[in-house]
Amino acid sequence: MMSVLKTFLRNRKAAIGLAIVLAYVVIALAAPLIAHYEPLARVGRPHQAPSADHWLGTTRMGRDVFSQLIYGTRNSLMVGVLAGFIVTAIGTTIGITAAYFGGRIDDVLNFFTNVVLVLPQLPLLLVLAAFLGQVSPLAIALIIGLTSWAWGARVTRAQALSLKTRDYIQASEMIGEPSWRMILVEMLPNLLSIIGFNFIGSVIFTIITQATLEFLGLGSPLTLSWGTMLYNAQNASAIIVGAWWEVIAPCGAIVLIGVGLSLMNFGVDEIANPRMRSLGQVAKALKLERRLSRQRMQEAQQ
Amino acid sequence: MQFLLKRLAFYLVAFLVAATFNFVIPRMMPGNPADIMLANANAAMGPEARAALMATFGFTEGPLHLQYIDYLKSIFTWDFGTSVKFYPVPVTDMLMQALPWTLFLTGGSLLVSFSIGTLLGILAAWRRGTAIDVIASPTALALQSIPSVVVALAGLYFFAIANKVFPTAYAFDPALDPAWSFEFAGSVLKHGFLPIITLSVVLVGGYLVTMRNNMIGQLGEDYIYMAEAKGLSDARVRYTYAARNALLPSVTALALSFGALFGGSLVTEVVFNYPGVGNLLYLGIVGRDFPLIQGQLLIMTLAMLTANFLVDLAYVFLDPRLKRA
Repeated sequence: MMSVLKTFLRNRKAAIGLAIVLAYVVIALAAPLIAHYEPLARVGRPHQAPSADHWLGTTRMGRDVFSQLIYGTRNSLMVGVLAGFIVTAIGTTIGITAAYFGGRIDDVLNFFTNVVLVLPQLPLLLVLAAFLGQVSPLAIALIIGLTSWAWGARVTRAQALSLKTRDYIQASEMIGEPSWRMILVEMLPNLLSIIGFNFIGSVIFTIITQATLEFLGLGSPLTLSWGTMLYNAQNASAIIVGAWWEVIAPCGAIVLIGVGLSLMNFGVDEIANPRMRSLGQVAKALKLERRLSRQRMQEAQQ
Repeated sequence: MQFLLKRLAFYLVAFLVAATFNFVIPRMMPGNPADIMLANANAAMGPEARAALMATFGFTEGPLHLQYIDYLKSIFTWDFGTSVKFYPVPVTDMLMQALPWTLFLTGGSLLVSFSIGTLLGILAAWRRGTAIDVIASPTALALQSIPSVVVALAGLYFFAIANKVFPTAYAFDPALDPAWSFEFAGSVLKHGFLPIITLSVVLVGGYLVTMRNNMIGQLGEDYIYMAEAKGLSDARVRYTYAARNALLPSVTALALSFGALFGGSLVTEVVFNYPGVGNLLYLGIVGRDFPLIQGQLLIMTLAMLTANFLVDLAYVFLDPRLKRA
């Protein structure tokens, strides 16, 4: 476990990404210490520009944008992680089951996965959310989690299928290891990178989708999150009246955590497929190779 | 041919799933959606309006399976019910008016983002480790994790409000009448430019990274060394050898990105007040207009399936093996 962590941190992108994400976690946990104001109370005059009192200005309701942003972090992280777990659990289960058992089971699961993949996801979520009424963050996490597993299932299945043809898997099968052991002990550890990739990707997707659903007015107006901040800003025509801070704050928060998480994912991908690297050792090696071949060309010409 | 027929059957099943979803959801919710909606609606509605609404959800007389068949019948005869907010306008009429604008946005952004992303991906793989790769690839990945709401809002603020380069709303200048004239076409392009570009920004990264990774895989193959050994020009090896083969998985990725494309378009339209399906949907959500919200799911599903079918056609063209299969 420690060695996995070490490899992960040695990758520069992964380390920076992890640092950004950890900063968000700290902010979420220490929200009451960081925010000076009650996020849903009227604490100033409406639509005030950023100042020493209100670092990120105030909303039309006279609420402090900075405090809202800090408290909103809790919500977005929680929903993202919860939905990420659901997506990864369903996707991994379906993917490995389909690949390991094959045959009829694979046909059915794969068909089902492909159907879910061609359905337009956001419109589907919108119908669900609309009928549920103004939904709580928990409900948003559930509906995103239950509808977004298809991509992960497909990728995990592909990876597990190629794993199944390896010699060591076939050897363990011949020894007569039971299915549960084959899946949990032989296959799962070798799929960790794809599972991690799927999880991090799902968290990004959820945070984006939650913001989108709430921006479209499907969230509960009582919750405090980056999405409802955007919704309120849009309703208050914040951009049109020039209150850019009301929009920039939640946008910036979403973008930065998205970048942090995708840097982590970039790291996972590079550790799993060293061919995809573009920085560090590989870049140096490539440059060296190019210089060498140029030298050889020159020597050949002489 | 058989491949395409198989795909068509698959899409039919997918569409049935979406329609079934629309049928089941109102039944799983507590209370009767028609009553909830009527309670929310400001306008007083007569009993015939209520009956029409009930029919929209398939709440007709008779047992459940007959209700289901009736519902499917109405869907396949292009009757998605009537709007509540704009009673008694049929939902299909409203959606069909909005759909061309959405297709214009999505088609435009697809063209822009796929061509730019793929081209940059080819170059990034070809010059791996140089400035273009080191800058473009991580940037692309970062762009991918930015929601379209954010890009659209930023675009709106910087290019339509802070600097009034582009208009802030509508698909064309309301002072103009739609006509086949240069003036009108110019107005449509001017109003569509910013939405198309902001939507493309979100998508370009995915295409770039996929193409780059496929290209890197291809560049290690023997036939590439063979082509280089024969002394073919760099451009020839790059485009007609490596890129031609790397494009195949990229086209699969293209099909997988349609969800993001259509979803992004819904949001972009709301931000730019663009009269497509997304904007209509927004009105539907605000007005709790369930038939309209359900209708957009069906329309978007159809758009998605059609787009996927076009990709299948492209696949047959790109991968000659499928013609024989």
